[in-house]
Amino acid sequence: MSTLIEQQTEVALQATDLRVATALGKEILHSVSFTLQRGRMLALVGESGSGKTTAGLACLGYFRTGLEHVGGTVELSDGTNLLALTDAGRRGLRGGSISYVPQDPALSLNPAMRIGSQIMEVLRVHGYGASEQARRERLAEVLTDVGLPNDTAYQRRWPHELSGGQQQRVGIAMAFAFRPEVMVMDEPTTGLDVTTQALVLQTIHQLVTTHAVAGLYITHDLAVVSEVADEVAVMLAGRIVEQGPSDQVLHDPQHAYTRKLLNAVPDLAGRHHIGEVEAVTGAMPIISRERAASARLTARDVASTSLLSVADLRLSYGSNAVLNGIDFELGRGESLMLLGESGSGKTTAARCIAGLNDSYTGSVSLAGTTLQPGTRQRSAEERHRIQYVFQSPLSSLNPRRTIGESVEVPLYMSGTFSRKERRALVLEALDQVQLAASFIDRRPGQLSGGERQRAAIARALVNAPSVLVCDEVTSALDVSVQASIIDLLRTLQVETGMAMVFVTHNIALARHISQRLAVLHAGRIVDMGPTDDVLENPQHSYTRELLTHVPTL
Amino acid sequence: MTTIDTATETIAAPPGLLRRIIRQRQARIGLAFTGIIVLVAVVGPLLLPWLTGYTSTEFTGRPFQPDGVFGTDNLGRDILSRFLDGGLTLLVFAALATALGMLLGTAAGMLAAYQGGKLDSIIMRGNDVLLALPQLVFALLAITVLGPQGWVVVLVIGITHAPRIARVTRSAASAVITEDFIRASEMYAVPRWKILLKDVLPNITGPLMVELGLRMTYSIAAIASLSFLGLGMQPPTADWGLMINENRIALTLQPWGVILPVLAIAILTVGSNLITDAVARASATVEESK
Amino acid sequence: MPGLILRRLAISAVILLVVSMLVFVATLLLPGDPAQAILGQQATPERLEALREQMNLNDPFAQRYLHWLGGLFVGDFGVSAASGGSVAALLGDRIAASLVLMVAAATISIPVGILVGSYSALRRGKAGDHAATGISLVLAALPDFVIGIALVTLFSTTVFTVLPSVTMAPPGEQVWDYPSQLILPVLTLVLVVMPYIIRMMRTTMIEVLDSGYVEMARLKGVPERQVIWRHALPHAIAPVAQVVAIQLAWLAGGIVVVEFLFRYPGVGQALVDAVTNRDVQVVQALAMLIAAVYVVVNLFADIVGIVTNPKLRTGGIR
Repeated sequence: MSTLIEQQTEVALQATDLRVATALGKEILHSVSFTLQRGRMLALVGESGSGKTTAGLACLGYFRTGLEHVGGTVELSDGTNLLALTDAGRRGLRGGSISYVPQDPALSLNPAMRIGSQIMEVLRVHGYGASEQARRERLAEVLTDVGLPNDTAYQRRWPHELSGGQQQRVGIAMAFAFRPEVMVMDEPTTGLDVTTQALVLQTIHQLVTTHAVAGLYITHDLAVVSEVADEVAVMLAGRIVEQGPSDQVLHDPQHAYTRKLLNAVPDLAGRHHIGEVEAVTGAMPIISRERAASARLTARDVASTSLLSVADLRLSYGSNAVLNGIDFELGRGESLMLLGESGSGKTTAARCIAGLNDSYTGSVSLAGTTLQPGTRQRSAEERHRIQYVFQSPLSSLNPRRTIGESVEVPLYMSGTFSRKERRALVLEALDQVQLAASFIDRRPGQLSGGERQRAAIARALVNAPSVLVCDEVTSALDVSVQASIIDLLRTLQVETGMAMVFVTHNIALARHISQRLAVLHAGRIVDMGPTDDVLENPQHSYTRELLTHVPTL
Repeated sequence: MTTIDTATETIAAPPGLLRRIIRQRQARIGLAFTGIIVLVAVVGPLLLPWLTGYTSTEFTGRPFQPDGVFGTDNLGRDILSRFLDGGLTLLVFAALATALGMLLGTAAGMLAAYQGGKLDSIIMRGNDVLLALPQLVFALLAITVLGPQGWVVVLVIGITHAPRIARVTRSAASAVITEDFIRASEMYAVPRWKILLKDVLPNITGPLMVELGLRMTYSIAAIASLSFLGLGMQPPTADWGLMINENRIALTLQPWGVILPVLAIAILTVGSNLITDAVARASATVEESK
Repeated sequence: MPGLILRRLAISAVILLVVSMLVFVATLLLPGDPAQAILGQQATPERLEALREQMNLNDPFAQRYLHWLGGLFVGDFGVSAASGGSVAALLGDRIAASLVLMVAAATISIPVGILVGSYSALRRGKAGDHAATGISLVLAALPDFVIGIALVTLFSTTVFTVLPSVTMAPPGEQVWDYPSQLILPVLTLVLVVMPYIIRMMRTTMIEVLDSGYVEMARLKGVPERQVIWRHALPHAIAPVAQVVAIQLAWLAGGIVVVEFLFRYPGVGQALVDAVTNRDVQVVQALAMLIAAVYVVVNLFADIVGIVTNPKLRTGGIR
C-alpha cells in the first residue's frame, strides 16, 4: 500500500471549467471542474438530468448528438488538452488510456459480435502487444481479472448468452483491457441485483487500486458511493455544488442540496427518517391509530385481524415455475414488505393478489371470502377494496387523458356516482396525495415523475380501499422523490388505516415502510416476520447474503 | 431502473400535432399542392359551361386538333373540359377506398394486438395471404371476375390496403397495450371495446395518420393506374387516368391530353406524400418528447 | 436454426396454398360458362359438352381445384379462353422477357439504393442528405406510369428523341437483342423501386448509428470506417433485406403498368390483355406465379434475417 500512496497524488486527468451546450445554444453543463488521481476514485453524484453522464463523456472528448463543447479543457497527465485534439487524436486515446464502462451493457455490447472479439477489437485498434498471441494472452488475463472464465468457449459466447452481471463484467474487461490510466464508469451497477452489484463493485475497486487507475464513478446511488469512492462531487442541474473527500461529503455535507439528498437516502438501520413520519423501528412501530398501542405484532395478532389471506399461491408459465406456493396473512392497517430481486416472482405475486394475473392456483381471500382469480370475475365491491399502484408512473397513466379522467375511472366503473360527485371525490383524492386541484385538468406529459406517481396513487385511493398493493412504486424515481412518496404512503396509511403490501427490491426501505417483512426468493417466501426480527436475525441464508451485500452509507 | 424524475419536470405540454405539422415548410408546400388539385377537381366540373362551353363527353371537332385552349383528344373532345371533369371521381374513389382500408385495417390490427392468441394468429396469417398478391394483381383478378366497375375498384383497393394498415396498427397498438394504463383499465373492469377506443386508439393516432396519408397517396396511384390500363373508369367517362391511356398515342402531336392529367396526378400524390412525411416527422418528435 | 427455417418454409407453403384456393374460388364467381367463352356463341351443344369434359368442368368443385393445383406443379396452367391454346405456351417467352426486366431493375436499384441510403444516413442533415431524401420523397409519391410518361416525354418524344418509347422486337427475336429498347422500362422500374430502398436504408442506418453499441465502439476508439463496417452495417442488413424483398415482390406486380406503357411483351402485358378479355385461366396462372415470386423472395429475406441474427441463429430467443 505504501507505494500506492505516492501514486495517489499523481493527477491523471483534470477537467477545468467544462461547458457543454445543446445545438440550440442552451448551456447544460456550467463550468464543471474536477481532478482524477491515480489509484483513486471520484464519484460524480447527481439525480437524473443533472448532467453527470455528459460530464463523464466529456472526459473522453465525446459529446452526444445535439450537444457541443463550448468551453473548458480536459488535461491529461502529460499536459495535453484532450478537447483540443483532432478526432483521430481523441480516438487514439479512447479505449486506450481513457476508457468507458457503459450504464447498460445489454445495449452497449454489439449483439452480433462474440464477446471475445469485442474485447480483442480494443486491443487491436490500439495495437496492444507485439503479436496476436500477446493480445490473446491479454484477453484471457483481463477476463480473469474481472472474474469471468477465460477459456476459448467462453470467449466465443454471444452477449445474449450472458447474464446481466456477466455482461457488465465484459464491459469492464473491455474498458480495462488496454490498461487505461483513466476509467469512466457510468452507473455500471444500476439494474443489477444487490449481490451481483456487490461483486461488480468489488471487482472495480480491486482494478482501480491494484493497477493505480484513476476512476470516475458516475451514479445516483449515495449508498454505493460510500462503498467505492475516495472523493465525491455532487452535481445539480449541470453544476458541481459540493466536492470533497467522501467521508466529509457524506457525513458532514455543506451544501443544502447534498443534505437534502442524504436525508432522502433510506437506510437499513432506520437511523433517520426520510420524511415527516417516523421510520418504523422497534421503538416506533406506527401502524395505524388504533393499533399504535401494540408495539409488536405477533402471529396471533395478525391472524385475529387478518384481512387479506394468501394461501399456496402458485403460477407457472410452461415448465417455468414463477411462484412455488406463497402463503401470508395481512392484518387490518398493517404494512407488509414483499422483498425480492428480479425474477423472484414478487411482481407476479402482487398482480395475482390484485387480480391482474388470473392464471394462478391457490387462493387469495379478502376478509374471509375467497376471491375469483381475474378482476373481471370479482365483484365491484371486491375490486374497490384491493387497489394496485404500478411501478412506472410514465406507463400507468394514459398520456391522452387528463389526470381527472384517469383518476375517476374506478368511480365511473362503479356506476353509483353522478358526474359532480365523481369530481368532488377526485379532488379529494388529489388533495390526499398533496396535488393541487389544478392538476385535475392536466395531462401526464405536463407532470414530473413524482407528481405522476401521486396521481396514480390518487386513482387507487378514490374508492377508499382496504388493501393497497404498491408494486415497486419508487424504483423509477429519484431518491428525493422516493422519500416524498414513501412519506406520503406512510401518512396515508396512518390517516386511513388501510393495509398495504409494499413490493420492492430495495431492502433499505424496509424499516421506513413496513412492520413486517417477507423475503421472496425463487417464487417462495424464505423468511417472514416482524421487520426488525428478520433484519436482525435472518433465518434463511439468502436473507443473510442480501444483508451482507446491501451497500450502506 | 433509470431514474426519470427531473428529466420530465421541465417538459411542458408538447404543442399539438397539427401545429407541429403546419410548422414544417414541406407540409405547407404539400397542402398547397393538394389544395390546388382538389380545388380543380371539385370546382372544375362546375366551371365547364362558362369556361369551355363544352361538356366533357361532347364531340367538338376532329381528333388531336389544336382547337380550344389545349386542343382536342383522340375522339375530338375538348381536352380542357375533360381535364376539369376528370378528377373528382378519382378523388372520391380514392377517399372511399382509403376510408374502407383504414376502417378494416385499424379494427383488425387493434383486435389482433389486444386479444392476442388465436385471433391474433388468424388475423395475421390472413394478412400474409392477402399480402402475397401485389395490390394491382389482386385488383386485376377481381376486375376479371366482377368487371371494371367503380364499386369493385373501391372495394378491392380498400381490402388490399387493410392488411398493410393492420400490420402498422398492430405493431403500434402492441406497444401501447404493454403499458400499465391498459392494465389499470382492465383492473377496473373497463369494457374491452372502451379500452380499445379510449386507451389504445388515441395513443396510436400518430402512426395511423401517417398510414392514412400514405394509403391515400397509394389509392390515388392505384386507381389512376387501373384507369390508365383501361381497367378502371370506363369510356366515355372523363377521367385523368383514362385520358392518359386514350391520348398517349399522340404524345408528340397533341401532348396536353397526356401532360395535363399526368401533372395533376403528380402534383396531387407528391403533395399528399409531403404532408404524410410532415405528419410522420411531427408525430415522431411527439413520441420522443414523451 | 434449421428448425426455424423449416418453419418459415412451411408457413410459405401454407400461404401459397391458401392463395391458390382464393384464386381458384374467384372463377366460381365468374358469370357464364368458360367453354362457351372459348368456343363462342355459335358453338354446338355437342362441342360445348366435349370441351367441358376436356376441361373437367363437370367434375365437383373440390376435384376441379385439386386437378388445377396438380397441374400447376407440372407446368400445366390450363387452356386460355381467349386464344384456345395452352396457357403455358402463351406465357413461356413472356416470363423470360419479364425476368430480364426485373433482374436488370433489381441489380441496379438494390446496390445503388443501399449506397445512397447509407450515404444519406452518414451525412445526416447535410446538403447531400437533403437532396437524396427530397428526391426520393417525390419519386416515392409518383405512380409508375407518371414516371414512365415523364421519361418518355424527356427521352423519346418531346425533349430529346434518343431512345425508343415502345418495344418492338420482330417475331422470333428476343427483347434483349434490342438493349436500347430496354433502357426506359428498366429506368422506370429503378426509379419506382429505389426511393423505398433509399429511405429504409437511411432510417435503419440512422437507428443503428444511434445505438448503444455504436456509441460504445466509438468510445472504444474504433476508427469510424470500422465502426460503420463492423458495428453498424451488419445490423442494418436484416431490415433492409425485408424492404428489398417487398420491393422485388412489388416489381413482380409493378411490371404490369410498365410493360403496358412500353408495350413490352412480358407477363404484365399478358395479364392486362387477359383481364381485358376476361381470360380467367391466364389471370389465375399469372396471379399464382406472382404470388409465388412474392413468397419465395420473402422467404429469402426471412432467412437472411435469421442468419444475420446470432440470437435467432443460436436459438437464444423463441
